[in-house]
Amino acid sequence: MVDFVRGASHRRRGVFIFLALSLSLVLVILLSTGMGYIRIAPLTVLKVVFSKLSGNKQMLKGLDRIFPYVIWDIRLPRILTAAIVGCGLSISGVVFQGILLNPLADPYTLGISAGAAFGASIALLMEIPLLGAYSVPIFAFIGSLFTLLFVLSISSFEGRIASNNLILSGIIVATVLSAGISFIKYVADEQVSVIVFWLLGSFNSRTWIDVFLTFVIVVSGGLFCFYFSRDLNAMALGDRIAMSLGVHANRIRVALLVAASLIASVCVAVSGIIGFVGLVIPHLMRFMVGPDNRILIPTSALLGGSMLLIADTVTRAVLPHEIPIGVLTAIIGGPVFCYVFRRQRRVMIHG
Amino acid sequence: MGNPVFDITGLRFGFGSHTVVNGLDLKIEPGHFYGIVGPNGCGKSTLLMLMMGYYQATEGHILFDGREISKYSRRHLARKMALVPQDFTINFDFSVRDIVMMGRYPYLPRFATPSREEVEKGGAIMSEMGIATLGGRSVLALSGGEKQRVVFARALAQDTPVLLLDEATSNMDIHHTLHTLDRVTQRVLAGRTAIGVFHDLNLAAMYCDRMVFMAKGRILTRGETSEVFCEDMIEKTFRVRGRVIAHPFAAGKQVVFQKQSML
Repeated sequence: MVDFVRGASHRRRGVFIFLALSLSLVLVILLSTGMGYIRIAPLTVLKVVFSKLSGNKQMLKGLDRIFPYVIWDIRLPRILTAAIVGCGLSISGVVFQGILLNPLADPYTLGISAGAAFGASIALLMEIPLLGAYSVPIFAFIGSLFTLLFVLSISSFEGRIASNNLILSGIIVATVLSAGISFIKYVADEQVSVIVFWLLGSFNSRTWIDVFLTFVIVVSGGLFCFYFSRDLNAMALGDRIAMSLGVHANRIRVALLVAASLIASVCVAVSGIIGFVGLVIPHLMRFMVGPDNRILIPTSALLGGSMLLIADTVTRAVLPHEIPIGVLTAIIGGPVFCYVFRRQRRVMIHG
Repeated sequence: MGNPVFDITGLRFGFGSHTVVNGLDLKIEPGHFYGIVGPNGCGKSTLLMLMMGYYQATEGHILFDGREISKYSRRHLARKMALVPQDFTINFDFSVRDIVMMGRYPYLPRFATPSREEVEKGGAIMSEMGIATLGGRSVLALSGGEKQRVVFARALAQDTPVLLLDEATSNMDIHHTLHTLDRVTQRVLAGRTAIGVFHDLNLAAMYCDRMVFMAKGRILTRGETSEVFCEDMIEKTFRVRGRVIAHPFAAGKQVVFQKQSML
């Protein structure tokens, strides 16, 4: 029975799940766009989107003139950003878990979130006007990159980076940065609520620029990770066996680390710190399609996109008041993670 | 017997200021089972890691098939030599079959589904290693010895002319130890080369036709097992007294030891 579920049939099942998830992501985007203060039928949404894409104004005839504005300028940028960030965090989560040989790792294990938060806090505290609305994401991005470089440099010995060193260095750096954030909050006076709000994450008032930025980095970084997904499988057996299988484990680890971190950094920069997506989605997917990263990376991306978008739609359009997305993902993600984790262990033990 | 598989000259290597391999010369000829023995920390495992190109020598040369080891691509080397390490950890629930089929990675494109022929090859190796019935099981649910057999099967699936074994049977029971080393011997008799690090001198004496005695990053002696496996060499290498006796049911020798406190 177990034999039937696993093994060769895995891949076929993976392809099927991939197609099903692609379809559901499109559906979720469509439905979500119709939901909100102004309800819009899915067909109308499609009409507006096609007319915008094709430039054909004829299709908009007979529609409320506010619909194209609501759909195209308000909702779609937010919705697409949420979906792309969900994809990105999930891809990054799979890769981090694979590289760190630790199923409990997530995109934030190396302190990228703390670095981004620190950068964003500084930008919010100083109210740097220079870059307009983009000073916060840019500072967040720079903060996370510096954190990554620092963690990499203190965890490498003799040109090799061991997974345990990375995790430990990440924890140390994140702890120090958290103290820094606390201090900034302490001196921030009235700005403190802005900082706290940013830290909790939000997709509110995203623009097409956010969409393009995240899209470019998540897709290119995601494809890069996908290309090395089989190497990541071999690396699950440790560096020596990976080397023996023809995988330059040490180099690929650094390359994937940088790619996954870039993805996570851009996600945090545009949306704040959204926890649990990068941890739970890979687990959920591993439970469904097995540990082969060639299947795991694309399917996790799709599921993560749908899930984060659903969560954002719930807080935007279903709940009476918008609650921070980071809080919502933690409230849902925590219990789900406990459940998946328990089941996984049970299945493992009983074969 | 043809050109040496490995031709190692003046090899030096260390971690930081700590020298592990200290001026070592060694030729490995094809079609033999080499046993490397020596006390803990003498550089045996490090030597294997250098031979597979995992570490870069600080000084000296390792020629593999007549060419510097660092000049080969990893993929090429993966088709030439397979490593079975002493232990390994895995935290993801790959099935036994998944792991064994990883041995075919060096031959398959990244995203290829293994052909029926490839899958059968993996299946044959699994039967050979006595793990066919474990096929769909998660490696996480296996015992240490079973895991080691899976990783061993993965190395055999790589189908390489050279096998590097680093205490490769250390977690197996005696039945599977002998069975596994028989499988290696079978391949050596067919012309392949095996290089194994052993702690158990009797296993080495039984299976290896050539032995290398190491201490402090150097080679003390090497040669035909029938010649170098002797009481003096064992005492010099390990500082223990033993008596070498004829193997009761086969050609070759074994060693029995005295308790240290009786000395």
